[in-house]
Amino acid sequence: MTTATRLVDHFERGLDAPICLTWELTYACNLACRHCLSSSGRRDPGELHTREAMAVIDELERMQVFYVNIGGGEPTIRPDFWELLDYATEHHVGVKFSTNGSRITREIASRLSTNDYVDVQISLDGATPVVNDAVRGDGSYATAIQAMEHLAEAGIRGFKLSVVCTSDNIRQLDEFDSIATRYGAQLRLTRLRPSGRGADVWEELHPSAEQQRQLYHWLLEHGDRVLTGDSFFHLAAYGEALPGLNLCGAGRVVCLIDPVGDVYACPFAIHDAFRAGNVREDGGFARIWRDSELFRSYREPQSGGACASCGAYDKCRGGCMAAKFFTGLPLDGPDPECVFGHGERALAAVESGAAPRSSVDHSRRSVAVAIRKSPARLCDENPLVGVDAGAPAQP
Amino acid sequence: MPVLERAWELAPGVAVRPEPFGALLYHFGTRRLSFVKDTQLLAVVEHLADSPSARAACEAVGVDATSMPSFERAIARLAETQMIRERHR
Repeated sequence: MTTATRLVDHFERGLDAPICLTWELTYACNLACRHCLSSSGRRDPGELHTREAMAVIDELERMQVFYVNIGGGEPTIRPDFWELLDYATEHHVGVKFSTNGSRITREIASRLSTNDYVDVQISLDGATPVVNDAVRGDGSYATAIQAMEHLAEAGIRGFKLSVVCTSDNIRQLDEFDSIATRYGAQLRLTRLRPSGRGADVWEELHPSAEQQRQLYHWLLEHGDRVLTGDSFFHLAAYGEALPGLNLCGAGRVVCLIDPVGDVYACPFAIHDAFRAGNVREDGGFARIWRDSELFRSYREPQSGGACASCGAYDKCRGGCMAAKFFTGLPLDGPDPECVFGHGERALAAVESGAAPRSSVDHSRRSVAVAIRKSPARLCDENPLVGVDAGAPAQP
Repeated sequence: MPVLERAWELAPGVAVRPEPFGALLYHFGTRRLSFVKDTQLLAVVEHLADSPSARAACEAVGVDATSMPSFERAIARLAETQMIRERHR
């Protein structure tokens, strides 16, 4: 089966509809993870109503988007979350949702086990409470583990244990793998991005060059059964391509719909520079996906810029757009974590404070929320009242 | 029996989305995505359920004898990944 054009070239020119997309349903979250890519915390008063969200699902069904990755914030905080989940799956849009696990009770787990179109992803960023809770907040490790116990007891196999790789947890990869195995889950590793509050902790938490190499070898060894959401294609410059498409899918095969309906090129790029429109506008999501000037520009042939002369450009394609942008690097230059160190040298020339920041910030101004064992009733007006522990960060 | 002589159909829970290069196949049960990288192969897949064998489906859409082995491999791959299932005549 030979074709004149490689598949990856088709993807780079964009598809008529995304393969999958990320949809953050709310900016409300019951925790305040230090590296939250969407700077979540408080609900935005402009978030899509139930009807509007259903209209988006109708559109995704027409476009034959097979599934959406739902996140937030903590999406299960939305009072209509379960209703939207059922609506999506009844309309042939599969749902994979990310959660900190705080609302995955036995009852919910048992309910989820009856729907083949739903996949659950539990966020955990440390294989021990000490490492995890330092990033995600006190009690969040126990919450996630309990949620996994409930899912496993309900007979759900192959749900995802989702880990953002940091300088603190790279040494725990085997332990994460054991935890996933213990609960019949599949491990998913993704890259820390300097997006949202991730920018504040980037210096401290992004893996060192040595750790990146360690991660690369671990992925080569275990990659066939570990998911990565194509996160680490910048590591392909070490030599071998990792499983996956190994390309930046922003605006070409993936995108983000945020809680207020804004459409961004990717989940890690909540900034006006990457905003293509809003689903409330005429023509809705389909028109933005197909016709927005921004997304069209991504589908034009890209120049390698400063990376064009590098022998590895064909493998890493310059790395992650969002990682460059939020560290103040030019988009047509090296990734900040370029395996040859070109990014680090370029970063040295970026003045302190010069990197752009997202203007979208829903972080709570107060300090950490109290964590309780049993959640109080959720209040519709302020979804943060009485919510139990845990929070998702980067999906 | 060899792959080409057997009868097949799309597995339940598999959605097909045509694309300029062929199609995307998504299995809601296994949550696997597959790429059909050829429009002629997509036509074969669409004919499987109405054909007495995979070979008949290939012939119906004009696959020539020299291409048959590569189509056989592609169909075997779709069966392996549970995108299609055997149909008993």
